[in-house]
Amino acid sequence: MAEITVPAMSLVVLVGTSGSGKSTFAARAFEPFETLSSDVFRGLVSNDENDQSATAAAFEALRHVAGQRLRRGLLTVVDATNVQKDARASFVELARSNDVLPVAIVLDVAESVAVARNAERTDRDFPASVIRRQHDQLRRSLKFLGKEGFRRVHVLSSVDEIDQATIRREPLLNDLRTEHGPFDAIGDVHGCRSELESLLGELGYELTRDEQGRPVDAAHPEGRRAVFLGDLVDRGPDVVGVLRLAMGMVASGNALAVPGNHEHKLVRALQGKNVQTSHGLAETLTQLAGETPEFRRDVERFCHDLVSHLVLDDGKLVVCHAGLPEAYHGRASGRVRSFALYGDTTGETDEFGLPVRYPWANDYRGDAVVLYGHTPTPVAEWVNNTLCLDTGCVFGGALTALRYPEREIVSVPAEREWYAPVKPLQTPEQAALSQERPPGVLSVQDVLGRHIIETRHHGRIGVREENAAGALEVMSRFALDPNHLLYLPPTMSPPATSKLDDYLEHPAEAFAAFRRDGVESVIAEEKHMGSRAVVLLTRDPARFGAKPGWRGVVHTRTGRPFFDEATGAEFLRRIDTAVDGAGLWGELDTDWLLLDAELLPWSFKAGDLIRDQYASVGAAATTALPAAVAALEAAAASGVDVGELAERTRLRSDDAVKYVAAYRRYAAQSSGLDGVQLAPFQLLATEGRTHVDRPHEWHLDLADRLADADPVLFRRTRRTMVDLGSDDSVAAATAWWVDLTEAGGEGMVVKPAEGLRRTKNGLVQPGIKVRGREYLRIIYGPDYTRPENLRRLKDRGLGLKRSLALREYALGVEALDRVVAREPLWRIHEAVFAVLAMESEAVDPRL
Amino acid sequence: MLATITYTGPDATDLGFLLHKHPGRLQSFDLAVGRAHVFYPEQTDETCTAALMLEVDAIDLVRSKRFSGGDSSELGHYVNDRPYASSSMLAGALAQVFRTAMTGRCDACPELAASPLPLTITLAAVPSRGEPGLASRLFEPLGWTVVDAAVPLDPEFPEWGDSRYSDLTLTGTLRLADALHQLYVMLPVLDDSKHYWVGDDEIGKLLRAGEGWLPAHPERELITRRYLAHQRGLVRDATAQLEVLDGSPVREGLDDAEIATPLRVHRAEAVLTALRDVGAHRVADVGCGPGALLTHLLADSAFTDIIGTDVSHRALDVAERRLHIRDLSDRQRDRIRLLQSSVTYQDDRLAHLDAIVLMEVVEHIELERLDALESSIFGSAAPGAVIVTTPNSDYNALYPSLPAGRFRHPDHRFEWSRVDFAAWADRVAASHGYSVEYRPVGDADETHGSPTQLALFRKA
Repeated sequence: MAEITVPAMSLVVLVGTSGSGKSTFAARAFEPFETLSSDVFRGLVSNDENDQSATAAAFEALRHVAGQRLRRGLLTVVDATNVQKDARASFVELARSNDVLPVAIVLDVAESVAVARNAERTDRDFPASVIRRQHDQLRRSLKFLGKEGFRRVHVLSSVDEIDQATIRREPLLNDLRTEHGPFDAIGDVHGCRSELESLLGELGYELTRDEQGRPVDAAHPEGRRAVFLGDLVDRGPDVVGVLRLAMGMVASGNALAVPGNHEHKLVRALQGKNVQTSHGLAETLTQLAGETPEFRRDVERFCHDLVSHLVLDDGKLVVCHAGLPEAYHGRASGRVRSFALYGDTTGETDEFGLPVRYPWANDYRGDAVVLYGHTPTPVAEWVNNTLCLDTGCVFGGALTALRYPEREIVSVPAEREWYAPVKPLQTPEQAALSQERPPGVLSVQDVLGRHIIETRHHGRIGVREENAAGALEVMSRFALDPNHLLYLPPTMSPPATSKLDDYLEHPAEAFAAFRRDGVESVIAEEKHMGSRAVVLLTRDPARFGAKPGWRGVVHTRTGRPFFDEATGAEFLRRIDTAVDGAGLWGELDTDWLLLDAELLPWSFKAGDLIRDQYASVGAAATTALPAAVAALEAAAASGVDVGELAERTRLRSDDAVKYVAAYRRYAAQSSGLDGVQLAPFQLLATEGRTHVDRPHEWHLDLADRLADADPVLFRRTRRTMVDLGSDDSVAAATAWWVDLTEAGGEGMVVKPAEGLRRTKNGLVQPGIKVRGREYLRIIYGPDYTRPENLRRLKDRGLGLKRSLALREYALGVEALDRVVAREPLWRIHEAVFAVLAMESEAVDPRL
Repeated sequence: MLATITYTGPDATDLGFLLHKHPGRLQSFDLAVGRAHVFYPEQTDETCTAALMLEVDAIDLVRSKRFSGGDSSELGHYVNDRPYASSSMLAGALAQVFRTAMTGRCDACPELAASPLPLTITLAAVPSRGEPGLASRLFEPLGWTVVDAAVPLDPEFPEWGDSRYSDLTLTGTLRLADALHQLYVMLPVLDDSKHYWVGDDEIGKLLRAGEGWLPAHPERELITRRYLAHQRGLVRDATAQLEVLDGSPVREGLDDAEIATPLRVHRAEAVLTALRDVGAHRVADVGCGPGALLTHLLADSAFTDIIGTDVSHRALDVAERRLHIRDLSDRQRDRIRLLQSSVTYQDDRLAHLDAIVLMEVVEHIELERLDALESSIFGSAAPGAVIVTTPNSDYNALYPSLPAGRFRHPDHRFEWSRVDFAAWADRVAASHGYSVEYRPVGDADETHGSPTQLALFRKA
């Protein structure tokens, strides 16, 4: 019984005449969706499986579907005769362009069998001559299949063989996803044996030496494994020693290795091919000449068998010599291998004659960590989840490793310059000075179109294409530099509509909502009559790619700066002084902090809105209504019965006066920074951690300490703790809200006392705003409290608002997580941008 | 939402006959816009006043699709002045409630209806947009004496000044039907806004209501433009018909040479010349807006691949319509692509072009974000040539209406002098391997240079 092995990721091309049993074989040997049959596609495009005029269209559709499957890495089988070279060539090309291996399975049955089977079919009447022609073509093709590019060719040459053949799928050589480490990835060694010994020692490996004292293996007591990222050989003082140690470690399972371009060239040299011995190959060959032929053979085999890249730890880690874009991970093709060994060369050379390499990592957007070497850099620096660990040891730099998954960099300095670099190696200081790297360039493809963002607290959140399109304009035209825009606050939901006759919103529903979510203790915070403001304050401008002297920024909920540069700097200076005075810099052990706050008065930002919108409506109403009342009263005096209309108009006139009183509370005067106050209510993040999981009382205590330090600049937030299990506590908090709002306050925000809260049903609303009855007059109109109006206004849908509030909150927290984890800018920006995109969702703005 | 009409004369209560509304009781009418009430605050033998009050249901106004004019996502849409201001809604109510009176028909007192009468009209909270004194300019040529009492925005904040509302009192001797017609036209004109969609039939309404007084009115043009909600096609048709009624000769179009070539024409020419000078075939107009330059590019077959990008998808929609992209032949359509993009982000779709045009774009970017533009255009897209045009602030001194220190457009984040521009462009060129050449655009002044400046960058 024949067992056919095919690579788990491959394009299997069946080759056989009509009637050779391909479809039957495929149906038995492969999964239903895996097989793409030309007959089926003929049917799909023409309604007739045998319509030969539809063949071209059918194959075009088949190739398209096959391409889509291969892009996803799915094994795909082509069920067509494929007896002609041209037909097969298009599938070899398709496999290559998707970097999977093409495999041919030939079903070579006797011509007579095929003719007989065709004759039995009623739906098809191929003349025997057609079968004969196909059979001839097949026979002539057989020996060329390998040359055509099929990496494996299996021939089943009888009906029995076909019936009994089974398929075994074998993982690709680079597929080590089941290996979870932990690993220590080591950059280009280039024959620096002594430094390698030191580095392994630093990493905690114990060396084994042979009787001559030469290291031949190294093991880690905790079972860690080293990963050599290629270029073990050439240039350095003891290439042989390095090979002996590395080969020993790989043989004993203490290390994995991928080949570098230098190993690639060494193999060819050892195979006797004519290669230039420049770039340090000569040194290797000289050193090897002193070894035994067995050792040289071992070296040749070792280097030859190395797999160009390895996918480890469930696909979360990819290692290779010169880097690898996401589309090539886990794939096998010539160009994948070439990229892994040589990188993305542009074909040009620089002034030192070295190939110019395209900075592929700048475009990398994958989730997998990619560790590589190849290009000497002064210091190992993360770029979009990739890290180059070649720090030029042989040129007098350092030998560097990364502990994975800890992401800890371990480095030992070179003992000397072993080999003069063609291009002078920059010192870390020089590199820091030159700062040539583009400061966080973002691609429009990072944000445009439909996007899914994985969040820690709320799963996968989708951003709709049209919302992204709207947000792009706001972000580009009005928002801050994305390097400085680390967070946008979420929208906040009001409570369910009140059941009380006179109220649209009331604390009872907010408390009930949290009780339903299983929250026992909430905090009710005064809602300030200001604008939401996010404050980034830093003593380390370089952390955010800014110039020396930059202190940070204060921005709105849509990412616009509140102040011009000079005013903002002064405002931040005062905050810094207060943070210093409160002793927070040291206590929080940070150089920067991000505050969520309210900036007062509202008129500072919304002055135009108050004048053009609210005051304008107030002026019209308080002019027209008294005039109408006067006219109605005159009519009544002259004996016309206008009673009901007159009464109604008088009430509306009173409402207009209340409306004017409501907006006037927001029209405080401020000039420059005089009169501008900040009421912080949450410390979002500092270096190394976010604080959203801390109790709100902790945050407000910090805010109080700032207010102690500068009572003019900072405003305290009044609050009360509420025990939802106690009727007295709830009644007291309700009375507190009534007092607050009847005295002209805007309302309060109720939050779970402990901060970010999850239950088995998911994330709990971070806050519910309960707005005062008079404040809502500004929002819903002067006579919204008239019973006939309130009754209708109570019909309001909150579902979308609540859902947006949760999603935006999760995205905001996600952005903060990414900031403190020092993730690449595009990852942070993606989450921040998504919050802005959500805000362009059409929700009733009065909510 | 309140208008009163007072007639002073013998048997003043005949006003009730003229209006076809009984003075003795309150009469109410349900209209599409709300509930209208007619009542008489004063009715003596010497003086009779009729009041028309319109109650608009604010909540219904918000919920009804009919009235959702502007951007419905704005809060401003929810709380607005329409229930209080005397605007097009009141004009509509007037036309419906006093429909018969407006025809001038009165079986009871036909002579009175046909005669000019001493009338006083008051209108509460009339919104008006534009220059003060507009009410006088509109009503005085018709024989009214106008008292225009501006309403302060908020008496508690005198520094805020006046609101856009006035209480108007008009006194004059006119036919009642004419007075009503004039109110019907002038209220929406003052407000410069209508609560309903303005369609073709508005021309007919305007011509009928304006019969006898509009053709010769000195503000005819403004009245027509505003009444027809600035819809150019409608305004043109109405103007032509009014000119015939006025007996004035239909104006011929001015000879092209008589009009100074607008700056934007110079600008487009300068950019096209620069593109031809560098022999560009594959070009992108970055920040194309509604597509003014794209039209020129499409007209020249030398430009084989044309990309227009803008950060606003609305602008691209307009461009797509203006360029009639859907009606182009396949061959033509293949030449052009409209893409939403942003100059502050890198965009791979703009790579490998012969030239990128940034026409009047940089000044719309915050100065601190210009390095992102530099990086995306010169660093990442790196075309063979870049053409940048921007206003020359030196030239602003020659615009009499532009106060010193102000910009030509409210969205401009800065405007560069020639020195500023060269400093930026020289540095960008040097750090990205381009040479740069400066060209004036528009008629140059000896001291202040040209109104627009152009930099042509060529890859070295």
